[in-house]
Amino acid sequence: MHMMLPAVGVGLALVAWWGASLRVPDLPSPVRTWEESKIYILEPFVKRGETDQGIALLAYYSLMRVAQGFLLGVVIGTPVGFLFGVSPLITRMFDPLMQIMRPISPLAWLPLGLVLFQKSEPAALFAIAVCSMWPTIINTMMGVRAIPQDYWNVAKVLRLSPTTTFLKIIVPATLPFIFTGYRLSLGIAWLVIVASEMLTGTPGVGGFLWQEYNSLIYAHILLAIITIGLIGFVLDRLMGLAEARLRAV
Amino acid sequence: MAFIEVTRIAKGFAAPRHARGATGTRPVLRDVSLSVERGEFVSIVGAMGSGKSTLLSILAGLTPADSGRVVVDGQTVHGVRGDASFVFQNYSLLPWFTALENVRLAVEAAYPTLSREGQVARARHALEQVGLGDALNRRPGQLSGGMRQRVAIARAFATNPDVLFLDEPFGALDALTRDTLQQDLVRLCSSTERPVTTVMITNSVEEALLLSDWIVPMLPGPPATLGAPIAVQLARPRSAAQLAHDEEAAHVRAHVIATLTAALGGRARRMPARVDAGALAPVALASEESR
Repeated sequence: MHMMLPAVGVGLALVAWWGASLRVPDLPSPVRTWEESKIYILEPFVKRGETDQGIALLAYYSLMRVAQGFLLGVVIGTPVGFLFGVSPLITRMFDPLMQIMRPISPLAWLPLGLVLFQKSEPAALFAIAVCSMWPTIINTMMGVRAIPQDYWNVAKVLRLSPTTTFLKIIVPATLPFIFTGYRLSLGIAWLVIVASEMLTGTPGVGGFLWQEYNSLIYAHILLAIITIGLIGFVLDRLMGLAEARLRAV
Repeated sequence: MAFIEVTRIAKGFAAPRHARGATGTRPVLRDVSLSVERGEFVSIVGAMGSGKSTLLSILAGLTPADSGRVVVDGQTVHGVRGDASFVFQNYSLLPWFTALENVRLAVEAAYPTLSREGQVARARHALEQVGLGDALNRRPGQLSGGMRQRVAIARAFATNPDVLFLDEPFGALDALTRDTLQQDLVRLCSSTERPVTTVMITNSVEEALLLSDWIVPMLPGPPATLGAPIAVQLARPRSAAQLAHDEEAAHVRAHVIATLTAALGGRARRMPARVDAGALAPVALASEESR
């Protein structure tokens, strides 16, 4: 039964898609989308050209880029979050800046990245890192601030060194919050990759989507969209599992 | 000079504007003085919210006083002393560590040069002393409240302290568990290598009678202060059953309760009528304990 209702939901969405395709001549129906896309799905690892590749290969390129940008964001964001969490002074200094930088779209960061690094690949990583690190910073900071007074008292009473306090109290107490941050950051990183690939035309799911739009092969746009959604969903679930494990401790 | 010498301590906290005194703070403690000789067990007894925990934090060096001085063993207290241990009402164990790891963390901080095996052995011994030899590898979440407080007590004694600060250590426990833990505490206090000097705060007169050499009533404010110490000259070991019928115990009990109740009466007269409801709770508490 618990698989029934989601299946009905997907079915309804397909019907709506099919209905829309009857009215909009350029929009391929679900069946036509499948017909025109199945080569990418059934031969997912075949490379026919620079952007004309199996969907798994395209997804792999995008994921690799996301992984790098996300890791960069996490490596910067986690220590910054700890710093903000323990130091109200630093928070007061940088909080307004952070609040201003946070809502800036990846589409705005990418050109700056291109100016800074001259090449599309590092520019994309820059955009992903800059956009995706905010949830990590904010959640880590919140996690440190949410540490109960009891635990600080333990550190004080046992006269733990700053290093021991950090490793044995602050990090374990903050870990569930940090992973919530990572999960949100990964979601954003995945959003950004598509935009940055579209703008730079690099091979990947986003680059493929933009190229097929320019080639007027609209069925492949839908293929790319569905792929992006499914991968994003799987990434979120995987991070969710890691998070749940940590909370259980 | 006494082992712990507290001289005219005052403390206030930042308060909402309407409740502020002349200094911009809400006064909590005023003119608190206390002497504790080495090896003595002193209980500070008072109602909840009377500033007892704040006082203990100041004695232990967790919180600085606004004025006045705390001297322990000839040294003015600035920060927590290395030879002091603390037991909190809410256990304050780290949930991601096992009982053994929680205790070892304290041992490690107190004896950084001791080998890892030595630290583990010491922590294990402390836990065995409180009857938790079988629960070494359980996390606090898998332990009952009484067992958690045993871990906290083991942690306090594992570092062989000279001074012990107990912040309502049995306040969160049911009556039966409390009885057995109190007896364990008596046993531990008398079995240390050196005499341990203990300051406990509690809202239970019976608990204070059972454990203390002196009972100091906390006279509620705000700002609160300490009354004159009352000696408890009862033979040890003591038991709750024996205290119920002992004449001297009855005398001390009556004295403590009379002091606390008189102070509360004074407060009720000084305070505006609308806070009388708040003052009722401590009165109820005192009468409950006089049964």
